[in-house]
Amino acid sequence: MHEGDTPRCKVLVPSGVLGAGCNDEAFQRGVALAPDCLAIDGGSTDSGPHYLGTGTSKMTRQATKHDLRQMMLARDRLGVPLLVGSCGTCGTDSGVDWMAGIAREIAREEGLIARLALVYSEVSADDLLPLLGAGKIDPLDPALPLTRERLLECDHIVGLLGYEPLADAIAKGADIILSGRTTDTAVLSAVPLMRGFPAGASWHAAKTAECGGLCTVHTRMGGVMLSIDADGFDIEPLHAANQCTPYTVSAHLLYENSDPFRLREPGVLLDASDARYDAVDERTVRVTGSRAEKMPYTVKLEGSGAAGYRTMVFSAIADPKLLARFDEWLGNLDAFLRAGIARVLGLEEGDYGIEFRPYGKDAVNKTPAATPPHEVGLMTLVWAPTQELATEIAKYCNPYILHFPLNLDDPLPSFAFPFSPAEVELGRHYEFKLNHVVRIDRPDELARTHFETIGETAHG
Amino acid sequence: MAKLGEIARYVRSKSAGPFWVTIDIFCHDAESFERIARAPQLAPRAIADLFGVSENAVRQFRLPSIQVFKISFPRTAVQGSLGDVDSHAGQYFVPLLPVEID
Repeated sequence: MHEGDTPRCKVLVPSGVLGAGCNDEAFQRGVALAPDCLAIDGGSTDSGPHYLGTGTSKMTRQATKHDLRQMMLARDRLGVPLLVGSCGTCGTDSGVDWMAGIAREIAREEGLIARLALVYSEVSADDLLPLLGAGKIDPLDPALPLTRERLLECDHIVGLLGYEPLADAIAKGADIILSGRTTDTAVLSAVPLMRGFPAGASWHAAKTAECGGLCTVHTRMGGVMLSIDADGFDIEPLHAANQCTPYTVSAHLLYENSDPFRLREPGVLLDASDARYDAVDERTVRVTGSRAEKMPYTVKLEGSGAAGYRTMVFSAIADPKLLARFDEWLGNLDAFLRAGIARVLGLEEGDYGIEFRPYGKDAVNKTPAATPPHEVGLMTLVWAPTQELATEIAKYCNPYILHFPLNLDDPLPSFAFPFSPAEVELGRHYEFKLNHVVRIDRPDELARTHFETIGETAHG
Repeated sequence: MAKLGEIARYVRSKSAGPFWVTIDIFCHDAESFERIARAPQLAPRAIADLFGVSENAVRQFRLPSIQVFKISFPRTAVQGSLGDVDSHAGQYFVPLLPVEID
């Protein structure tokens, strides 16, 4: 990286998510480059609505603690801020508290003392109803206008914070900032933005590094270092043997973005359409020409709520005679089971749901195949308002899923069940309920910050 | 005519939030990029028919500097909803591979 006297802000990003791990050699090389802060994202909606619905983490506690320890020890040595956003995958209050518990444990074990800021961003339906009434909640595409009922269906709602509440916590003396749901980019851009570096470069740099080493050639060799200055930013991998190239850096804007040029963040629109990507050396890329346009301050809402329970039966069929006429067989089984559920269990369509997914045939890829499959794994999914009812229906289906013949007068066939019992209870089913933004007057309107000092008792 | 899967360097798909899917078609060179990015078989109408979405909802981006043709559209099943078979939308690209390109 070209150093010299140019004021710059260096952000060490060890990986795309806390708990994914960063090669220690790469991490220590990054620490030796004297970053101005350490920043990492802790969550995402990417793994589905269960985590927000239950307020739990997808990553294991042990792996999370391992990575947080690495970062807390480095932070203590460097004396710079450490930021973790979207704590506990979903960024609910319980996610922040879970992460805070891990941080306190590490501080005790390592004898570290630090000022901790917990920045919560969970909101209740009651908080949002007045904003809904005032017409301040707008749907994003594709979504329907929001109703009161829809809000009340959510078990948890979080607002995706911008960088300001994190920057405020640092300004008030926090060493470690653990935030609720926050945009990935806000976590990485908070320190450069609060120190007055340009918005275009800071947001673009953060967007590039949000998945750690994914913007490098060897994506599993650890994260990256961002170096933002008045005219743009440099990015290099932490590991000396890894490279960033103009191709890997510019191509990263494609990843998980529906629009690769224009990215909306709270209060700002990043426009990377005219960005230039130049190789500084064989492993460092310089990016210039990113623009940021000030926008009305909006915060995206995520909400997840329970919608019944599911029970699964997985069975398999390899008999070529049946596989040659599989769709006909499955159509007959489906009709037979629905009639039986109505007659014997007294349930109407709509009181429950049943779905068949023939894996190995066309459960995922609906394009018709030229030849019958070698074997099919048949997933039967039953949905009902209670777990007991879902399992009751699945148990009713069990003998037919096991023995349903191709032709009525065939000798009784049996198919391959891998488990006993065959019914697997999947628990509560959650769904994402919101795809909306709320217009707010102040960036910290949905944030609540709590300060504490951790590790004091270890030193008496 | 040749199949997209044979002329593209690499095709991938992924959720872009719970409500959208985005497909990136990486090309070998400028020539195959032009061929793919202009193919009527990949125009919004054709994508809409193939994936069962509205033509108006299909967004396309051409990135000649990195030879990528990007296609985004709302997921047919919201991530994690009852009918969703592909939570991360990681296999949404597969029906594109056999599409014959001019």
